[in-house]
Amino acid sequence: MLQYALKRAVLALLVALTVSLICFLLVNLSTDVATAMAGEGATAETIDAIRHQYGLDRPLAVQYFEWLGHAARGDFGDSLYFHTPVAALVAERMPTTMVLGAAALGFALLLSIPLGVIAALKPNSWIDRLALTIAVVGQAMPTFWFALLLMYLFGVTLHLLPISGGDTWQHFILPSVALGYYATPAIMRLTRSGMLEVLESDYIRTARAKGLRNTSVLFKHALRNAVAPVVALAAVQLGFLLGGSVVIETVFALNGLGYLAWEAIGHNDFPVVQAVVLLISLVYIVLTLLADLANAWLDPRIRIA
Amino acid sequence: MTALLQVEGLRVEIPTPMGRLHAVRGVDLALGAGETLCLVGESGCGKSLTALALMGLLPRAARRSATRFAFAGEDLQRAGERRMADLRGNRLAMIFQEPMTSLNPSWSIGNQLEEGWLRHRGGHRAAARERALHLLERVGITGAAQRLGQYPHELSGGLRQRVMIAMALMCAPALMIADEPTTALDVTVQAQILHLLKELQREFGMGLILITHDLGIVARVADRVAVMYAGEIVEQGPVAQLFARPAHPYTRGLLACIPVPGRLAPGERLGTIPGVVSPPIGTLTGCQFRNRCAEAEDQCATRAFELRGLGGSHRLRCRLGNAI
Ligand SMILES: Nc1ncnc2c1ncn2[C@@H]1O[C@H](COP(=O)(O)OP(=O)(O)OP(=O)(O)O)[C@@H](O)[C@H]1O
Ligand SMILES: [Mg+2]
Repeated sequence: MLQYALKRAVLALLVALTVSLICFLLVNLSTDVATAMAGEGATAETIDAIRHQYGLDRPLAVQYFEWLGHAARGDFGDSLYFHTPVAALVAERMPTTMVLGAAALGFALLLSIPLGVIAALKPNSWIDRLALTIAVVGQAMPTFWFALLLMYLFGVTLHLLPISGGDTWQHFILPSVALGYYATPAIMRLTRSGMLEVLESDYIRTARAKGLRNTSVLFKHALRNAVAPVVALAAVQLGFLLGGSVVIETVFALNGLGYLAWEAIGHNDFPVVQAVVLLISLVYIVLTLLADLANAWLDPRIRIA
Repeated sequence: MTALLQVEGLRVEIPTPMGRLHAVRGVDLALGAGETLCLVGESGCGKSLTALALMGLLPRAARRSATRFAFAGEDLQRAGERRMADLRGNRLAMIFQEPMTSLNPSWSIGNQLEEGWLRHRGGHRAAARERALHLLERVGITGAAQRLGQYPHELSGGLRQRVMIAMALMCAPALMIADEPTTALDVTVQAQILHLLKELQREFGMGLILITHDLGIVARVADRVAVMYAGEIVEQGPVAQLFARPAHPYTRGLLACIPVPGRLAPGERLGTIPGVVSPPIGTLTGCQFRNRCAEAEDQCATRAFELRGLGGSHRLRCRLGNAI
């Protein structure tokens, strides 16, 4: 198990390095960094001076390693728009997004796994159809539209929940539901198909041949094998959710990373964009690594691979 | 001898895209305590589905019916899933045909052996573990203590099958159904396992229904034999009588390639009979074996044949019989 974990960790590190390179190139090849830094209306001499001052006239490889070295120490330079260190900005906004992401995933899992299991136990029943409807609607409906619908229903009409800002935990309910609903269909369908497959398997028949109670056939023998792929999917979905937080945070005026990215893109604030993209990618890589390890723990066959 | 199992008119039907498959069609079985019944027949004739029907473990799509289903004096015909679950693994156990996939990959061997005991007997895990260890040794697994901590993927097919056998024996069942339990094993292990099953049978008075392709095994362990064809029992009787005077053309075909009945080389397989089985789908009339039978007549296509006695408990489903 330890050897497997080490192997996975090394792999994750390599992926992280590749991602950092892509992050760096994306910005440096798509815009002229010196022009962006100089701001609008700068003369050619000013731009050239900045290019020289910040070492932007050196080969890209040298610039990359320098940037990487700083980034590894948490130094992403200063924001061009906010005029504060990027690291501080990100650190300030991060908790909001993490809470939102975790709550959204929690909501998605709580809704989709039980629904998927019940749908698999009673295929073609009304609850299976309901689950299918939820999945289809969830996939067809744009996130922001669903968010607006929730805001209108629970905020404007019923006055049950706040719809803007992030001061209390109640502020997080609607954004989490709106964001988490987006991840529900995929997780539910995978749970359902996984359960259906596992329930037909020979070892479930063996478990029933031992006279085990339905609950232990279901939870001990079936669910554990059926959810192994769900763990990996949930990690991937959380990555998507963090990406989706740009829209949701903007709609609900939650001051998180997504909102920050939205502002930074609008103002051509490339150090911030770079940092946010890199950070979300890293979170994503770590999640995938954790999912792999969880899978190995759930399925002993993987451990020796 | 009190009857342990009495089943009459057992049917299993499965809807398929081609029509309703009559996989088991009116099977009668009776078994006393300590008795061994061998169920033989070609692949696909419904042996496994018969066994699964007795256990209440049929696939979801399959429908079971019977005119009589009694086990140890209890009428199980209307028994609910809860009652069946109380019996399964406790008084009624089964070894499956598929040793490679019948163990859960996520739990250790020990855990999977113990849970049946814990479900039916309760008590401490230590007692269950002791029993598991004892049985693993009995089925000829060396280093049993280490095996308890291993996972199915670490075991070969033969070992897995022995674990399955030990698992079925955990609560010392009154009736054991073994579906080709030794097919995956080599000949010496095969002999060992059969010996063990017989020994445990003597020890506990366990009834044994053994499904096999191997007529050598039948000759060695069976008290009675039932020959199945296309979902029906076509001939049934005490092993000596059936081997000495097979009455059904199908049974004779099976035994044809065996030189000395009753004294077979181990590993001897069923003889091959020319022709193919047509699956019993839709409305069926007459004898299903007729298109492969050298002695078929016009009436074989239309008449309904019942099992009738030939003397003793030897019974036959064919127009022939008296001529032999
Ligand atoms: N789940 C199922 N769905 C549809 N048909 C099935 C199913 N299980 C078995 N059958 C069919 O029912 C018939 C009897 O199957 P069964 O498994 O009882 O045969 P068997 O006598 O045990 O054969 P073998 O010696 O190969 O194990 C076969 O034609 C098989 O294709
Ligand atoms: Mg079979």
